[in-house]
Amino acid sequence: MTLTIHDLRKEPGSYLPGSAACPGCGATLAFRIASRVLGPNTVYVVPASCFSVIQSPFPKSAISAPLYNIAFPAAAATASGVYRAYKMLGRDVNVVVWAGDGGTVDIGIQALSGAAERGEDIIYVCYDNEAYMNTGIQRSGATPLMAWTKTTPTGKREMPKDMPMIVAAHRVPYVATASVGYPFDLANKFEKAKKMKGFRYIHIFSTCPPGWNSPVSKTAEVAKLAVDTYFWPLYEIENGKLRITVKPRKRPLKEFLELQDRFRGLSDEQIEELEKIVMEKWNFLLHLEKSERVF
Amino acid sequence: MGLGVPIIIPVSKPSKGAAGKTGLWRVERPVVDEDKCIKCWLCWLYCPEDVITEGPNGFPQIDYTFCKGCGVCADVCPTKAIQMIKEEE
Amino acid sequence: MAVEGTWEIITGNHAAAIAAKLARVKVVPAYPITPQTTIVEYIASFIESGHMDAEYIRVESEHSAMAAAIGASAAGVRAFTATASQGLLLMSEVLHWAAGSRLPIGMAVVNRAVGPPWNIHVDHQDTMSQRDTGWLQVYISSNQEVLDTILMMYKVAEHPDVLLPFMVCLDGFVLSHTYMPVNIPRQEEVDEFLPEYSPPHWKLDPENPITFGNLALPDEYQEMRWSMDLSMRRALDLIEDVAEEFFQKFGRYHGGATWKYKVEDADYIIVTAGTMASEAEVAVDELREEGMKVGLLKVRAFRPFPHRDVAEVLQDRKGVVIIDRSIAFSSGGPIGIEVRSSLYNRSGSPPIANYVTGLGGRDITYEDIARMTKDGIGRITSDRLRRPYYWYKLKPEYEKIELSEEVRL
Ligand SMILES: Cc1ncc(C[n+]2csc(CCOP(=O)(O)OP(=O)(O)O)c2C)c(N)n1
Ligand code: SF4
Ligand code: SF4
Ligand code: SF4
Ligand SMILES: [Mg+2]
Repeated sequence: MTLTIHDLRKEPGSYLPGSAACPGCGATLAFRIASRVLGPNTVYVVPASCFSVIQSPFPKSAISAPLYNIAFPAAAATASGVYRAYKMLGRDVNVVVWAGDGGTVDIGIQALSGAAERGEDIIYVCYDNEAYMNTGIQRSGATPLMAWTKTTPTGKREMPKDMPMIVAAHRVPYVATASVGYPFDLANKFEKAKKMKGFRYIHIFSTCPPGWNSPVSKTAEVAKLAVDTYFWPLYEIENGKLRITVKPRKRPLKEFLELQDRFRGLSDEQIEELEKIVMEKWNFLLHLEKSERVF
Repeated sequence: MGLGVPIIIPVSKPSKGAAGKTGLWRVERPVVDEDKCIKCWLCWLYCPEDVITEGPNGFPQIDYTFCKGCGVCADVCPTKAIQMIKEEE
Repeated sequence: MAVEGTWEIITGNHAAAIAAKLARVKVVPAYPITPQTTIVEYIASFIESGHMDAEYIRVESEHSAMAAAIGASAAGVRAFTATASQGLLLMSEVLHWAAGSRLPIGMAVVNRAVGPPWNIHVDHQDTMSQRDTGWLQVYISSNQEVLDTILMMYKVAEHPDVLLPFMVCLDGFVLSHTYMPVNIPRQEEVDEFLPEYSPPHWKLDPENPITFGNLALPDEYQEMRWSMDLSMRRALDLIEDVAEEFFQKFGRYHGGATWKYKVEDADYIIVTAGTMASEAEVAVDELREEGMKVGLLKVRAFRPFPHRDVAEVLQDRKGVVIIDRSIAFSSGGPIGIEVRSSLYNRSGSPPIANYVTGLGGRDITYEDIARMTKDGIGRITSDRLRRPYYWYKLKPEYEKIELSEEVRL
């Protein structure tokens, strides 16, 4: 069963208007939709990130679900402890990590890998704005090649880590990529993850207008173009089997890059190089889709 | 036995407007043209701020107290039923 | 009070593991490090053999061990872990987080020197360097005391006036791997003494959607730290009360925040902690044989620090000899520093000779303690007490440098 807009409208979700998030924040949009699917029987663990700020200052909070803020490297470990405690108490609760890309692919990767390997019954969500935004736009291990940040003023020279594949290599039951440009696909992946057991991982491409220098009104459009240009393919790996969930007609990568000043000034050759990388990855995914098991 | 030490903990209550009346941030205001609206609710789906609800007349209604004026709703509306209009000083 | 329970000859680590079982802790995240490792090994075997009902989380680091304990305690259950040295230091960030979240997590820390160089033997540098994390800290001198104190400290830590985590610190190898007779109390009696934990202040619960730990601005933050400090001070009385209650039930008393030996008529008092205090007890008897009126004040609780108690015992004595097993570089021994602040602004403040020694497992016997005490008394009585602290048991060639006129502070 796939979710429709009517299903989504039924659940109130766990985000309350009037938060400290920037206008057009993709991370907020992702949370709004995901929390509607996850429902009220959910607790969140959040490491240091923009999302610690989006909650807004004490004694108020823009989040209407139980949420525990934890130190930057520790989210997956803390969620493990929460899950084990509920298990001892005989309670069945969705324990969800809501972390940024820095808290996932860099400083939090050890705790995440440990929790994945142990098969903790939690849903780990990485909302990926492709840099350390909370501290003012520094590069992370998820920042794309050639993207501007304040610590890569002439563009990043390294490839980002392929985090969904890294997690999938732990042979966890569910790994998915998602994008705020494809909200139904995103919602359905949460719906599927929610019904499964074990370690589940969802990595969401989340537009960040101030960090990417993209127009605030184009949050959805940028994230949709990321998918349509094959920059951010949408797939899921369910019990080892990979499926590309959205196969759009390919648009030129330039259309995606042009919308964001973080890619300003790339030469035609550079764009060509990025196109090549994107196509290689896409073809590789098509290839993986044909095999029985990815990992 | 108890001295009644106040245990002061950072526990916050869910509240609308946790960061204040964020509508004040707005430079442009989204306005729905009900003649063009086909009630697809995509504006509702994509609004990062969750300020769009169903009004009494069944059309999208925007809570201007908190709408940050990002314009995402206008951008995704398939019939261009939402216009962004400059806020008066 | 008749002693019930059973006698076993076990190590300090085994005693700590049994205490965790008797306390019915529900979640144990575990990561090995010498000389702590056997604690979490014992617990693993208790759980796997069905003798203990708990979730065991084989985490990938101590940072995660503490983070998982935090998650478990936040979800409302009693949590326990154990570590030492580098492991404790790796936890440092989340030690603060546990205390700031007001989670009464229990931890056994087997004291071990900090590298480099690698050294697995006892000193107190690891725990003393974490003194300001908001954790209650109790230092231990026997295996029985390890077991009893873990049970007592859960009761203190979970008191609605306290709600802070605690560490019970036992000397590496000297206690952790040394066999001693220990009385294991009956489970039913422990259950009566230590009921199930039920958080009175907050917990992570889908029924109660609150956000914990979001941004607090300068207008809000300071009172939260004050509240922790007040709870810490309040714990002083509770440590005493709970020790009394434990005595009534189990017939054993190891002291409250301090433990005193032959202090009533003493001219000079030795202050120390951990197993050096057991040696000091012997030293006191020896020195008394020689005609010196010496007593011992053992510091059990280093956090909260029993300032009033310490000052009342030390006031108006002829002198005090403080023996520390860690170094606050350029400042002396951590206990020495605390005791000075207990006495300052009080009348009858005695002269203090503070010794730093026993680092990295350098053996400190009662003879060493007697020697330091005599050295201290000599300095005090002949007006040669010039420095805030002295190193003891340095190799002779280095001691010469240390004591030379050029080296000053
Ligand atoms: C141990 C530690 N190091 C550094 C920081 C500072 N810090 C807080 S959030 C952050 C970056 C977060 O980046 P990411 O996880 O991508 O989330 P985002 O802010 O981009 O949403 C950093 C470096 C910290 N809080 N803790
Ligand atoms: S900086 Fe980016 S991710 Fe952070 S709140 Fe603003 S828009 Fe959202
Ligand atoms: S997106 Fe446009 S057409 Fe659809 S409901 Fe909103 S205003 Fe109406
Ligand atoms: S302008 Fe932005 S915040 Fe306001 S209704 Fe439209 S999408 Fe929502
Ligand atoms: Mg980020």
